[in-house]
Amino acid sequence: MKHIKTVNKPNLQESVKKGGCGECQASCQSACKTSCTVGNQVCEK
Amino acid sequence: MSEKIHKFIQNGMYILLDVNSGAVHVIDKMIYDIMDTFDGTNDDDVVLSLRDKYDEAELREALSELHELIKIKELFAPDIDVPPTFSDIGIVKSLCLMVAHDCNLRCKYCFADTGDFGGGRELMSAEVGERAIDYLIEHMGHRIHSEVDFFGGEPLMNMPVVRRITEHVRKREKETGKVFKLTLTTNGLMLNEENRKFFNDNNISLVLSLDGRKETHDRMRPDAGWHGTYDRVLPNFQKMVASRDGKNYYLRGTYTKYNLDFTDDVLSMADAGFDILSIEPVVAKDMPYAIGESDLPRIYEEYDRLVEAYLARHREGKGFFFFHFNMDLSNGPCVAKRLAGCGAGHEYMAVAANGDLYPCHQFVGRERYRLGSVFEGVTDDKWPEYFRHSHVLNKEKCRDCWARFFCSGGCHANADLFHDDIREPYEVGCAIQKKRLECALMVQAVLAMEKEQS
Ligand code: SF4
Ligand code: SF4
Repeated sequence: MKHIKTVNKPNLQESVKKGGCGECQASCQSACKTSCTVGNQVCEK
Repeated sequence: MSEKIHKFIQNGMYILLDVNSGAVHVIDKMIYDIMDTFDGTNDDDVVLSLRDKYDEAELREALSELHELIKIKELFAPDIDVPPTFSDIGIVKSLCLMVAHDCNLRCKYCFADTGDFGGGRELMSAEVGERAIDYLIEHMGHRIHSEVDFFGGEPLMNMPVVRRITEHVRKREKETGKVFKLTLTTNGLMLNEENRKFFNDNNISLVLSLDGRKETHDRMRPDAGWHGTYDRVLPNFQKMVASRDGKNYYLRGTYTKYNLDFTDDVLSMADAGFDILSIEPVVAKDMPYAIGESDLPRIYEEYDRLVEAYLARHREGKGFFFFHFNMDLSNGPCVAKRLAGCGAGHEYMAVAANGDLYPCHQFVGRERYRLGSVFEGVTDDKWPEYFRHSHVLNKEKCRDCWARFFCSGGCHANADLFHDDIREPYEVGCAIQKKRLECALMVQAVLAMEKEQS
């Protein structure tokens, strides 16, 4: 395409069917923890 | 209506995010303008409105590209409803152990009120800590992995108990086949040779608190005698990180109204030899260092600066890992996870020094949220239920927000602090979150394109 460059292979819609296994971490996003804001996590599967 | 797309300009790059698919498109100015009007069906309206600005044939061509995206569900992808996993029985995934309600620093922004959470200074006993681990094992269901965080106050003030609990964890792992990831957060003052060895031998991840430049750090993080601590903690952190080959840690800081030029703090951390970094806005009400609405334009500018600095260092081969810019756009968490949020109050809980359970470390001491204790279990079912159902789709502001699948609804503790209601997000936090996400999406787009070219 000339005007658009897609930079990823999105998985959100697919994951509605497949996701929810629950192996991923809890994801606190408060300043004092910096553990894992959800957007910054990866899927554990 | 919920936002289906979000378009923005970050450091000169035009980006279009398709909210419900997660597709990230780098676009030109023409597409950017088209998206003011385009809804998937109204090509002629678009052409009419932009005819004076662009060539009609070019517009038609751009529109046909957009239609291709719609066809493959990467533009205007359909809304996503609550995934079925939400109706499952709750399990506990992780615990935060407040091993010391005491601290040897007097950080001015500390949510724990210099460590004692507004109550007395108290250390967790080994008995409480071990019981907490057993409680977790009893409630983690079929899950194999679990996380336990040593937190405080300052956990190093109670090292004998940290050691006892760690031993207990390792023993229980052998008995049950479960696998625990241990993390400890420290201010570094008591990080000596002996502790270093223990953390390395036991594979404990570390979160190290440093606010960046010496003047920034010393201003907000003095010791109990109000002396600066930078010169004491920095060498401790450097030795710690060197002793584990630069891995398995985070160096994190907090920025306040006093250092809105926090890019310099991040770079100062990098220059001190660290490359896994994070810095986050302070959350405070009515304090001189608190961040408010009026600081937002300045903060946005600073994130632009941080992006520039981040990419510049990356290109010079001196790149660092910055927590909030790190994002896997193709293999992120599933929708169920994205909607569920932080897990506080049901999947994740904090254990106070005396064994009481709270929704998370920030809620410790907010008495109306006490859930029970590791000895008697959760005695108040109403809160876990309420937290569990306080996901993105049940929060009015979040339901329609473009950032919903990345942010997953913000911090309940902050919402409670500002609005007495965990379902009403804290606005300044939202504004910063969204800006950070735009930066992260841009950074990831740049990195993806660089990779493709090489
Ligand atoms: S409520 Fe806030 S501080 Fe507590 S776990 Fe959730 S994001 Fe973290
Ligand atoms: S907490 Fe704020 S930024 Fe996050 S999804 Fe909700 S409204 Fe959006």
